[in-house]
Amino acid sequence: MPDTLIQIRDLHFTRAHKKIFAGVNMDIKAGRITAVMGPSGTGKTTLLKLIGGQLKPDQGEIQVDGQNVHQLKRADLYKLRKKMGMLFQSGALLTDLNVFDNIAYPLREHTNLSESMIRSMVLIKLQAVGLSTAHKLMPAELSGGMARRVALARALALDPMMIMYDEPFTGQDPISLGVLVKLIQDTNHALKLTSILVSHDVEETLSIADEVIILSEGKVIAEGSRDEILQSQSEWVRQFVDGKADGPVPFHYPGDSIEKQLMQAPK
Amino acid sequence: MKALINMLTRLGRGSLFLIKILAGIPQLFLRFNLVIRQVYSVGVQTLLIILVAGLFVGMVLALQLHYTLTTFGAEDTLGLLVDLSLVRELGPVVAALLFAGRAGSALTAEIGLMKATEQLSGLEMMAVDPIERIIAPRFLAGFLSLPLLAAIFSAVGILGGYMVGVDLLGVDSGAFWSQIQAKVDFYDDVLNGVIKSIVFGFIVSWIAVFEGYDCVPTSEGVASATTRTVVHSSLAVLGMDFVLTAIMFN
Repeated sequence: MPDTLIQIRDLHFTRAHKKIFAGVNMDIKAGRITAVMGPSGTGKTTLLKLIGGQLKPDQGEIQVDGQNVHQLKRADLYKLRKKMGMLFQSGALLTDLNVFDNIAYPLREHTNLSESMIRSMVLIKLQAVGLSTAHKLMPAELSGGMARRVALARALALDPMMIMYDEPFTGQDPISLGVLVKLIQDTNHALKLTSILVSHDVEETLSIADEVIILSEGKVIAEGSRDEILQSQSEWVRQFVDGKADGPVPFHYPGDSIEKQLMQAPK
Repeated sequence: MKALINMLTRLGRGSLFLIKILAGIPQLFLRFNLVIRQVYSVGVQTLLIILVAGLFVGMVLALQLHYTLTTFGAEDTLGLLVDLSLVRELGPVVAALLFAGRAGSALTAEIGLMKATEQLSGLEMMAVDPIERIIAPRFLAGFLSLPLLAAIFSAVGILGGYMVGVDLLGVDSGAFWSQIQAKVDFYDDVLNGVIKSIVFGFIVSWIAVFEGYDCVPTSEGVASATTRTVVHSSLAVLGMDFVLTAIMFN
């Protein structure tokens, strides 16, 4: 496996007339946890969808494991996706299947394993996320944290080379949060995966990230190891890491001043 | 002008989507259990409303026609008229309208919610094509179910007509059935009705799955897509009924 698993060059992407990325370059190192952080609306989830080939960039290229994602034929893209796991913010479990069948789904689709082998594999994956006894539950019976753990087990089902986590910590209680942080770290190290962790939860993300990339207004504004980011004196980085309300990212939405608005007659 | 361009763009997207669905159908013969499960949810669960509505439509037809036919002393033709009305027209059309309201709206809402909760994206990232696994089985199930439901609607309607005409209003039972046997043509009447229901099944299922797949993935987006499915399907069925009737019976 090369040192750099994902290489993004000159990425431009526009959605609904809004420029999301304007010339983004980044390298995701193999075998490391890379956190992609930034304020809400900076296109972090969009970046994951671009890496997974679900969206097409206006310009630029994304190479995953040496392959240009957006020039692959459908069959080759699907082949590559089998090596990519993705944990969606909502879990994205199939609501008409129980926990067991959700995890067995990719195995049944892509392998010719016998049902007894699939059963063993599913239970092992569930055991890894601490939910082997919950395999008969339906997704609606799971808490938010449990649903994400099941989704993680499903993402691991095909033994991928990398996993993309989309906001895994959002809306979790402190116990679930702790469990997820530990699981992501343990999974990455035990299975020697490459992890991309998209999040704006600074404390939890920085506690496990090896590398950090901070995005804002369509550009990479800072990148480096966790320690480099924590010690950075850049105003952008400090505002984000320290959670300051005002700074280079303004508190007020751009537009006319309040004085001018108050003087205007209502339309 | 902008509305026209938007409409044509959606029609184009819908047509491309239909081509992808049709391309995915041969795969389904290897996984026919996916279709059977959907036939249950789309077809079998619509059966009750079809049975009840068919019965009442047949009973009302018999009452109305009997009132007019007795004026001319022609009440023996009641069975024939009830049968022709149902088999040629009301069976396929009313069954399609009920199907759009019951099954079409459910299909749109289900697919729309799967999109809103990222289940479709999740399948794509598992290297599974959602059009092959989720959309095509639902489309095929709708397409197969409606002709059967329309046939059941017509059959129950004729029984309803018999109950009112023969048991309640005193029309001769032998005349009721023999007129049907003598005058209803299999090709001109029954087969044309079946062709209509096949076309309606295709249109309603296409609109329902497309609206779900193409909806804005929010609560409001799913709600308006569901409404559009019912409105567009109903109008398409009625419009297409006129076209088909003009071709078949003139």
